[in-house]
Amino acid sequence: MSPRIAAFLSGLGLPDLPAGACIDGWTAAMPEAALQDMGLDREQLAAHLHLLLQAETAEPPAAQSAIHTLTVEGGHGKDGHAEHDALVLSAGEIVCIVGPTGSGKSRLLADVECLAQGDTPSGRRILLNGALPTPDQRFAPDCKLVAQLSQNMNFVVDLTVGVFLDMHAACRQIDPDSGVTGRIIAIANSLAGERFGPDVSLTQLSGGQARALMIADAALLSESPIVLIDEIENAGINRRDALDLLVSEDKIVLVSTHDPLLALLGNRRVIISHGRIADVITTSEAEKAVLIQLEDIDAAMLAVRERLARGERIEDPIVWAHQSPRERPHVR
Amino acid sequence: MRLVTVAGPPSVGKTSLFIKVAARLRDDGAHVGVVKFDALSTTDDAAYAALGLPVRVGLSGGLCPDHYFVSNIDDCVAWGHGNGLDVLIIETAGLCNRCSPHIKGVLAICVVDNLAGIHTPRKIGPMLRLADVVAITKGDIVSQAEREVFAYNVRLANPRAPVVWCNGITGQGAMDLAFRIDAAPRIDTLEHHHLRFSMPSAACSYCVGETAIGETYQRGNVRKMSFEDSR
Repeated sequence: MSPRIAAFLSGLGLPDLPAGACIDGWTAAMPEAALQDMGLDREQLAAHLHLLLQAETAEPPAAQSAIHTLTVEGGHGKDGHAEHDALVLSAGEIVCIVGPTGSGKSRLLADVECLAQGDTPSGRRILLNGALPTPDQRFAPDCKLVAQLSQNMNFVVDLTVGVFLDMHAACRQIDPDSGVTGRIIAIANSLAGERFGPDVSLTQLSGGQARALMIADAALLSESPIVLIDEIENAGINRRDALDLLVSEDKIVLVSTHDPLLALLGNRRVIISHGRIADVITTSEAEKAVLIQLEDIDAAMLAVRERLARGERIEDPIVWAHQSPRERPHVR
Repeated sequence: MRLVTVAGPPSVGKTSLFIKVAARLRDDGAHVGVVKFDALSTTDDAAYAALGLPVRVGLSGGLCPDHYFVSNIDDCVAWGHGNGLDVLIIETAGLCNRCSPHIKGVLAICVVDNLAGIHTPRKIGPMLRLADVVAITKGDIVSQAEREVFAYNVRLANPRAPVVWCNGITGQGAMDLAFRIDAAPRIDTLEHHHLRFSMPSAACSYCVGETAIGETYQRGNVRKMSFEDSR
């Protein structure tokens, strides 16, 4: 009758409500001893089931689907100096955050994460579509506005990739037969070099595989319209494809990074200094050209790394993908 | 005096989180006190005392911590009043998932952590199902996907309570919890108040010190497992 009720009852070790049964009639017939064991009295159980049923039929909260802009305003640095201009981020935009270690990049991400309202050390306020977030937007647990991806995160659950993704899809009320699990795994495999299938255990994935799976899952299965990324540079995944994937879903993507490749991939980058937003730079055409050179260098490094791993000698000169031999920089 | 009961399985980070919450309330000008319930020993009172807050400890020893808690809760309230507290935080031990410490008309917060496994919300009884607010900790070290499945399972277990994402190290969520405590009902006494659900019970020979094993020694409220299917 309702997947939520069925999942809740199965957690109590009970079968699903019989087809056509009414909640009040069913709970009225529940033996007292069974109620004692489940830790809910008759009224509590009935109210509980009604709320689960309501959640089933409720309109999906408009909150998540319709975030067009996110505004960061009113902040100040560690020295008390105010941030002058509000920072406005739009759906489908990648904005990077750069600055020395300890400058306050993570603080900015944390402010967005909790939709700060002048109640964090930076004093920042976060607006959604130009307005204050509603309590629902801040506190509704299964429609969180902000998804996160950081270097510290790991898969800890002891399940296979396929079983877990099916479970995540079920939470989103997506039919597991829709093929979404297969699509996520295929995308993750295209982001990370080393392939894996649905039967491998989540906890056995390499760092790069896990990161790639988190990104593919965030793009396809997470409802959150805002994605915060804290350092993914060491994971050995295709960064450009990963970010393209997220913005293709019209998400707002904020990336805190020290990695030049990531920093230049953004449409803009926010410079953090002493805890405050010191500047916002739009990535220029000339910078995009430099980025292509940097990607070549990165690809060359990766190729050498793979050859070393295979036990090869590295004695031949490096070949650059985008440049003719004459323009090659001299390599010592 | 505002009163809040805080419950949750062991090691989810209740104390780390509520040190941040208490500090926040204190900084906002409230006179905050804490009673910490635990089973055998605790050093958490020192952490609260380091904030300069009045603290009392209740150790249940050989008794069910839940029963010990409810037998002493009204004395805690009287102590809080006597000290002129604006806010009294009661942190319970939460040693079994069937704990049921929440009181009707008193703000009830349940703390659970993402590391416990995504099915854990299903296994926790009245402590989670009947709470007013659910605080989820340790979200910074598990994947976003696991957070979402965990939150969904929390929602199934308690469709009523708002969820606050917390971090006892950075203090994330502490402001939100402080805000909710600031709006908690004022309590003068708990005399004649009721628990939201009955506590786990056992009244058998082992409750009064029996140590011998065997049918002969099982007296009182005894329930036997069924092994019929496995034959």
